[in-house]
Amino acid sequence: MNTIHRFSRFARGSFSLMMQGPRSYWLWLMFLVALIISGALAYAAQVSIGLGVTAMRDQVSWGFYIGNFTFLVGVAAAAVVLVIPAYVYDWKPIREIVIYGELLAISAIIMCLLFVIVDIGRPDRFWHLIPPFGYLNFPRSILAWDVLVLNIYFLINLLVATHILYRAFHGQRYAKRLVVPLVLLSIPMAVGIHTVTAFLYNGLAARPYWNSSILAPQFLASAFCSGPAILLVVLQLLRRFTAFEIQDQAIGKIAELMAYAMFLNLFLHGAEAFKEFYSDTDHLLFTQYWYWGLGEHRTLVPYAWSAVALNLVSFALFVNPKARRNWITLNLGCAATYAGVYIEKGMGLIIPGLTPDALGEIYEYYPTLTELRVAAGIFALGFLVFTLMLKVAVPISLGEFIRHDHADPAAARTPAAHEGSVLA
Amino acid sequence: MESNAPSPAISRRRFAAGAATAAVWIMTACGPKRLHEVPRARLKKAIQELERQYSSNHSKQITVSDAPPLPGVEFAYALDLSRCIGCRRCVYACVQENNQSREPQLHWIRVLSMEKEKGVDLSHADPYYNPPEVPEPGHFYVPVACQQCRNAPCTKVCPTGATWTEPDGIVVIDYDWCIGCRYCMAACPYGARHFNWTTPGIPEAEINSQTHYLGNRPRPKGVVEKCTFCIQRVRQGRYPACVEVCPAGARKFGNLLDKDSEIRYIIEHKRVLVLKEDLNTLPRFFYFYAT
Repeated sequence: MNTIHRFSRFARGSFSLMMQGPRSYWLWLMFLVALIISGALAYAAQVSIGLGVTAMRDQVSWGFYIGNFTFLVGVAAAAVVLVIPAYVYDWKPIREIVIYGELLAISAIIMCLLFVIVDIGRPDRFWHLIPPFGYLNFPRSILAWDVLVLNIYFLINLLVATHILYRAFHGQRYAKRLVVPLVLLSIPMAVGIHTVTAFLYNGLAARPYWNSSILAPQFLASAFCSGPAILLVVLQLLRRFTAFEIQDQAIGKIAELMAYAMFLNLFLHGAEAFKEFYSDTDHLLFTQYWYWGLGEHRTLVPYAWSAVALNLVSFALFVNPKARRNWITLNLGCAATYAGVYIEKGMGLIIPGLTPDALGEIYEYYPTLTELRVAAGIFALGFLVFTLMLKVAVPISLGEFIRHDHADPAAARTPAAHEGSVLA
Repeated sequence: MESNAPSPAISRRRFAAGAATAAVWIMTACGPKRLHEVPRARLKKAIQELERQYSSNHSKQITVSDAPPLPGVEFAYALDLSRCIGCRRCVYACVQENNQSREPQLHWIRVLSMEKEKGVDLSHADPYYNPPEVPEPGHFYVPVACQQCRNAPCTKVCPTGATWTEPDGIVVIDYDWCIGCRYCMAACPYGARHFNWTTPGIPEAEINSQTHYLGNRPRPKGVVEKCTFCIQRVRQGRYPACVEVCPAGARKFGNLLDKDSEIRYIIEHKRVLVLKEDLNTLPRFFYFYAT
């Protein structure tokens, strides 16, 4: 009973934290809610009419939704970029911000699951996947694997983040015996969710564009760019608008890791492009459709080259220590990385994989307004969850910051008022 | 009395556990089930319910057969590429027979027009050919439907086990269990699987009332469907609709396990090929050149 009482105090405290904020906070929330409502309305129309309101057809049977899903699995997996140095090497500056990586992973997985739900034709039958009521075709179907690993990864992150914040809220340190093994488990799990998601496509011999063993490593490389890119921007915003201290060193380190990941990503893309273009078989068609178009079918070409250009720009910026330290070029790099990976992992992976279709037909897919609205709604919901969680997590970890480092005079700068408001 | 029991917390916990077990039992025993694994008696009941539902929806008597696979039968198909004239009669006979959507149009058979100069080359195939007259000079035609693969990529990937291969070799879909994720469509190398992007539109008068629970019974929106070799016909010893309608006699069908069948004769004596042989899907659908 005591636990329930303590937890409800935590929940009530969290809720009251979410309910207070400056005008800009409320405007941001209202903006997100407006997008969510717009998305919900679009989705309602999609449910009542059918997936025919999207641009997907038998030829290109997956589109924008599954593209976003794939991209966001990468974002979720990227929390590991922060976890590895923080827990394995006990590297202090990053350790403080690992919790935000985990919160980002939680929000990203929520978005992933929503993108899958809006993509399926019969969301009312979702329970068919869940034994014992339903039947999960495990281990034969890679989609069954994906359902499992995504949910386990989600639960691990949720448990660790909630536990750390809950303990901090009550002025206690987290339980090492619980957190350390779970965090260590989350490292292979993060690699796992992205690898399994890559295998989802990789295993289909019917689609030569996906049926390449470079896919899983390339997924990981690009994920280690896009996830940290979002986090770097969030961390700078936190530093600006709250009393939270994040050392430049930590930000510089993350940016450096992104440069290596982006190099690997570009290298793997190059390796794949070489194999396709030099061997010049029938399977080249898909790569050709993405980069050059096939005949008059050139819808995706501008996206392809934008992605290449953005990835090159972000690599150039992050590999240069001076540019990493300059806030303008750092954020430009983040934006370029995010956009570049979003294009190549979203549209660039799914659409060329299915164009031309299995019988050689070219159907040019381009998302409809419904798809864009639903997707914007899901992103807004993810950002809403992330915002609300940050609203709770930032003050709580600030409180922890004071408690554990009060001997250190440098930490005393944090305003005491914050602690008071949290524990009230 | 009972209410004075020493630890109500435990009995409450026990109650919750009991209730959860009961709920699971009720759901698994009485709830909807994959048709793949329901016992025969319950299948009969489920099918009666389907008949009632379809008959009231379409204001005419619709029968749903549950004819099981026949022992010693494995169906296979052969198509004579030298005879096909590309008239697409098979396409429309199939639409009629199998209650495919007319609005929007959904075709289980796709006929590809190919140039004789290029041979069987999918990257130059045209499914929308529309000349005043077929066959066009310099062209030949390759009709493609479900190849009923022995090593089917589609059944392997289905996350809910809503599609499987029957003992007589027909790959079927449970339209009441499919969640519409379309993974099978991505996995199919033959574009044979089709999705109901909206509610299928079929004029009432044109509904074929003779259906099979794994075949041509009416489908809802949001699920995948495909050719079943006309399971409602072939399990009663009839030919598929496309075989019957073909004016050129290009379509052959029979029991692979019957040594004297036409299909066996063709495979043993003609130049036979399968589509995308390198993918090791092992189709039960063969193409051949008789002349």
